[in-house]
Amino acid sequence: MALRILVGCKRVIDYAVKVRVKPDKSGVVTEGVKHSMNPFDEIGIEEAVRMKEKKLASEIIVVSCGPQQCQETIRTALAMGADKGIHIDIPAADLSKVEPYHISKIFAKLATENKADVVIVGKQAIDGDNNQTGQMIAANLDWPQATFASKIEKDGDGLKVTREIDGGLETINLKLPTVITTDLRLNEPRYATLPNIMKAKKKPIEKKTAADLGVDLTPKQQVISVEDPPVREAGQKVEDVSQLIEKLKGAGVV
Amino acid sequence: MNRYLMKIYKNRLLSLTITRSLTTSRRLENIPYTSDRYPHLKRGDFAILQDYDIEAFKKILTNSGQILSSKDEDLSGYNTDWLKTVRGKSDLVLRPKSAEEISKILGYCNERKIAVSVQGGNTGLVGGSVPVFDEVILSTERMNRIINFDAFSGVLTCESGCILEKLDEYAREFDYIIPYDLGAKGSCQIGGNVSTNAGGLRLLRYGSLHGSILGLEAVLANGEIIDCLSTLRKDNTGYDLKQLFIGSEGNLGVVTKVSILCAKQPKSVNVALLGCPDYKSVLETLDVAKGKLGEILSAFEYMDSTAMEMVRQNLGLQCPLDKYPFYCLIETSGSNASHDEEKLNTFLNNALDGGFAADGVLATEPSKVNSLWQLRERIADRGSSPKASMAYDFSLSVRLFDELTQILRRRLGNLVSSVSGFGHLGDGNIHLTVELEWENSKEVQELLEPFIFEWVAEKKGSISAEHGLGTQKNKHINLSKSKTAVDLMERLKDHMDPKGILNPYKTLP
Repeated sequence: MALRILVGCKRVIDYAVKVRVKPDKSGVVTEGVKHSMNPFDEIGIEEAVRMKEKKLASEIIVVSCGPQQCQETIRTALAMGADKGIHIDIPAADLSKVEPYHISKIFAKLATENKADVVIVGKQAIDGDNNQTGQMIAANLDWPQATFASKIEKDGDGLKVTREIDGGLETINLKLPTVITTDLRLNEPRYATLPNIMKAKKKPIEKKTAADLGVDLTPKQQVISVEDPPVREAGQKVEDVSQLIEKLKGAGVV
Repeated sequence: MNRYLMKIYKNRLLSLTITRSLTTSRRLENIPYTSDRYPHLKRGDFAILQDYDIEAFKKILTNSGQILSSKDEDLSGYNTDWLKTVRGKSDLVLRPKSAEEISKILGYCNERKIAVSVQGGNTGLVGGSVPVFDEVILSTERMNRIINFDAFSGVLTCESGCILEKLDEYAREFDYIIPYDLGAKGSCQIGGNVSTNAGGLRLLRYGSLHGSILGLEAVLANGEIIDCLSTLRKDNTGYDLKQLFIGSEGNLGVVTKVSILCAKQPKSVNVALLGCPDYKSVLETLDVAKGKLGEILSAFEYMDSTAMEMVRQNLGLQCPLDKYPFYCLIETSGSNASHDEEKLNTFLNNALDGGFAADGVLATEPSKVNSLWQLRERIADRGSSPKASMAYDFSLSVRLFDELTQILRRRLGNLVSSVSGFGHLGDGNIHLTVELEWENSKEVQELLEPFIFEWVAEKKGSISAEHGLGTQKNKHINLSKSKTAVDLMERLKDHMDPKGILNPYKTLP
């Protein structure tokens, strides 16, 4: 097998950062906030690199859509072992209006153009939490899909993927080409080591726009407002067990 | 997906064996009483608690839950230290809510000559935070109010029972950070940190508590409340009394309020973990780091492969690098990300090209920065390990760190499971952890003490860089302080606490 894998990496607010809602409720504050690669996409890159190490894959192309800083995200993926990057340039101001629908069309186009055998994306991004992009990519391409993958193995001419589902684990066989979305237990991503970070600086990153691919980014949805979750009401502190029982009795619960 | 859920997911993956339980690895009942273990220790001629004493305390501490008696409650958590090496026999825990309550309690105890053991988060590592005999435990855990924060000057005023991590979270809301940080941050209280002059991971950058504490309020043994709670950066009016309480381990007074100068939260924090082929390279890396990173360097820690193996074994934490004899964890903090990155890249190129670092990883995002820090911060965390551990903390010339570790390994041989060397290389402070079976504790301690203290003293180091003396090292104080100095300390103690009721048996010999 010498698969060509297209991996999606989204640049999102780092999960250790405290997210703040903008005063005008139009979204969250992203200016000056630390961003990093969506953890599920990191898992995707790691899996692709492992497949290359096992000689299942021969080339890994990483794609990221967004402003100029996405190139940092792509460089991280290149430092982890991807071969080349494609940056779909979307200015920060327009990014909030881009939906999984549009991203899926972009990826579908790139997959066809680059003759990808497998498209791997994270099951969801930790900012949107949509869990739609992978599925829509498969629909656009009319390819089979394996979502929430926790294990990917070679199986004859195709792949055998174990999926995490509510009832437990489901194993399916997939013919190529195919779309896979990653779940947490698929692997633990490596850190990019310094020598690889140096090497990655020399790997190519191609820059395109959605228009170049013939994809229209007109939004299909409108975000009406973004709000903080309701503030938890202060509880009542009790000094000891007898006071607790008193209060419970008072509330008619005991 | 919010940050909380992500943490749960990641923790489930990484921490199949992490259990922060302190009791499963050794049952508290099995820990010998300190007084049994060291029969040469004699109880001072302090009063024995009577019922009328408890009645008197009840009149002072009127809210329920402020007095815990061994007749109704299990006090073993209060009586035992985090390392499970010392255990007292206190029958009473008092939990005052204010300096006024402490003042009345101590006034009474002083009258009656009742010995008191002051306790904060009980995370101390030298047996100084729990009673030796039946001293009454005076806990500050209920005094956890933040009094004031001046967002312009960065001065935070709070009660001494505030937990460090909570204070840091609070300060970050205002874009500030507490200027010190330690692995015990989730449990330790600022009063205890001040009383032990805690050093921590960022001393290199922000200095010691003697500098960042601007003022404090303390209660003396006779109940007198000493108010030195200033919020001024500079105040040369009379003797700087607060310095007496910082680092004197609760011997001279109970710290009740603190005002501390916080630092602005850095805009850009980066952490590099480097693998070094030998100890000489570690020293060269330190040298290059000081030169090339200069003012943005905020931490320089080192650990040997044994220490890295311990966190892997006990906590399941994976090191992102291959196995190297030594690792350096270097943190930079600055106000400009691109400026810091440029400096870092120059430094890293130098280190790799010069061969001091064989490999390394760089983290620029908060989530990854935290992950890398875990590898160093949690070395002392036993996790689910059933073994015992002994911790040492010395100030020494950095050239001698590895030599000391090797000497210990040779001396202890097969009697112990492992000896790890790690610590604040940038401050000249080495930590050593010895992992062993519980039954060998006495023999190992006899082999190590006073040998290791005498070795350090001979090399002109300090037998305790930041952990303090407590009951573990007080008898060796002469190895690090001159006789005249110790004499003056004793005279001061006599003057400030003539009946010796505050934390007896500790700090001074």
